[in-house]
Amino acid sequence: MTDSTPKTKYELVCGMEVHAELKTKSKMFCGCKNDPFGAEKPNIYTCPTCLGMPGGLPVANKTAIEWTIKLGLALGCKINLFSKFDRKNYFYPDLPKAYQISQYDIPFCYEGVVETSEGPVRITRIHLEEDTGKLQHKTVDGKKVSLIDYNRSSVPLIEIVTEPDIKSAKQAKEYGKALRQVMRYLDIADCDMEQGGMRLEANISIRPEGQEELPDYKVEVKNINSFRFVEQAIAYEMERHDELLEAGETPAQETRGWNPNKSETFSQRTKEDTEDYRYFPDPDLPPIRFTQKRIDELAAEIPELPKAKAARWEKEFGIESKYAEQLTAERPYAEWLETVFAIAEKPNAVANAIVNKKVTVSEGEDPTAVAKKVADLSKTDDVDTSELVAAITKIKEANADAVEKYQNGDTKVVGFFIGQVMRVLGKKVDPNVLRTTLMKELKK
Amino acid sequence: MSTITPQQVKHIANLANIPVTEGEVTDLADAFEETLDVVANLQSVDTSKVEPTHQVTGLENVLREDVVDEAHMFTQAEALANAKETHEGFIVVPIIIDQE
Repeated sequence: MTDSTPKTKYELVCGMEVHAELKTKSKMFCGCKNDPFGAEKPNIYTCPTCLGMPGGLPVANKTAIEWTIKLGLALGCKINLFSKFDRKNYFYPDLPKAYQISQYDIPFCYEGVVETSEGPVRITRIHLEEDTGKLQHKTVDGKKVSLIDYNRSSVPLIEIVTEPDIKSAKQAKEYGKALRQVMRYLDIADCDMEQGGMRLEANISIRPEGQEELPDYKVEVKNINSFRFVEQAIAYEMERHDELLEAGETPAQETRGWNPNKSETFSQRTKEDTEDYRYFPDPDLPPIRFTQKRIDELAAEIPELPKAKAARWEKEFGIESKYAEQLTAERPYAEWLETVFAIAEKPNAVANAIVNKKVTVSEGEDPTAVAKKVADLSKTDDVDTSELVAAITKIKEANADAVEKYQNGDTKVVGFFIGQVMRVLGKKVDPNVLRTTLMKELKK
Repeated sequence: MSTITPQQVKHIANLANIPVTEGEVTDLADAFEETLDVVANLQSVDTSKVEPTHQVTGLENVLREDVVDEAHMFTQAEALANAKETHEGFIVVPIIIDQE
């Protein structure tokens, strides 16, 4: 045994910030079309307001606000009946007004929770803001330039912020997926990760196991566009921090990016000045006041969410939770599947057959046809006993050595005989009848 | 009363994206000082029983329905009309992030 100091064990302390674009028809503060990914050309969905021209007057999209509140309600948040929009000031070419309309001190929603298999992740707040234009960095005519497309400028964007409750990289992934599932169930966001319709940010630090207080540093990894990458980025950072802390250093407080090709995070050039956004209430946008009655109406519009659906399926149809969890993933599919359960004789057998890919079905297929496909799986042909015994006798004669093995106690050969009987008969025999008859005959 | 340092002036100028010369920094420091004096005067008023005023119009809930308003949308040519430089429908600016 070597006499080395036992290594400190660290645990993850992580909170997340998730941005998602709402799928309203029009933008957040003007009537321009909200379809940045579907646009055939750059800069075709703009107007004086979303280009930040003098005199442009923003007017908030009611649907976007109500959807934000619905998401909050679905995640158990409290709702601020009085709220407002604020200006977040900074200069960047993707932000034509030189400020982003966001929410500072009075977000629409606060104090919610997302349940995961590793415990609850508390939601600090959900606020609504506008997305920026899209930048591409290219060389044009030998010159390095940035190209701007304002089709995305002022598309409604929600930001969901958590408490530092995430304890593992896997949990971060699970949280992100759960959040996306709820947004899709509510039908408020497509959350297309590849296109940037949902973007993840993790605030990462580690502390010695058992330590109560939060670490004195945190590293932000920004703009991650896949659940797999967020899991990898957190695992990578945990290891990096571990090495630094073991060497007696504190990881630098900084913003990093994720390089999926190298599978590592990298330090992003930090601004010399600390962030100073000088938030103030946007004088162009009058505050918003909701009545509790309206909030209750919105709550009533929330569809049954995956977890509740799975629980009800178990109660109503006897669907095992391991199947329900997978089958409730997408709402339209789950709603169609329920029409199959409703008419199936053994709904759980349907769930089992679909999850284990014993049958091929597609969403929207006639429920009766699906139920029949599943029933056919366990259908057996009528075989009379004499026919069965005749077949067994024939096989016994051809396989005297295997019969002897069985009689000497080697029960493994039963499987071989079952296969042979099925083949000889060319029919699907009730497995119980086959087994009983076979055992009896083999003992003879 | 606080004294405005040249550093603070440069910071504010930077946030406002306005370049300032060293001479201007000195002048602005004095000007800021005066402004702060006025604010300090305001701060002597007791506002502990006054509700924060976010807006003075008295308006609330000025919202729009989620409808696309084609009539107010620009064509691509209109959107690009004031840009100094364009390329294939994009607005061109000096590079922001120098990629590896």
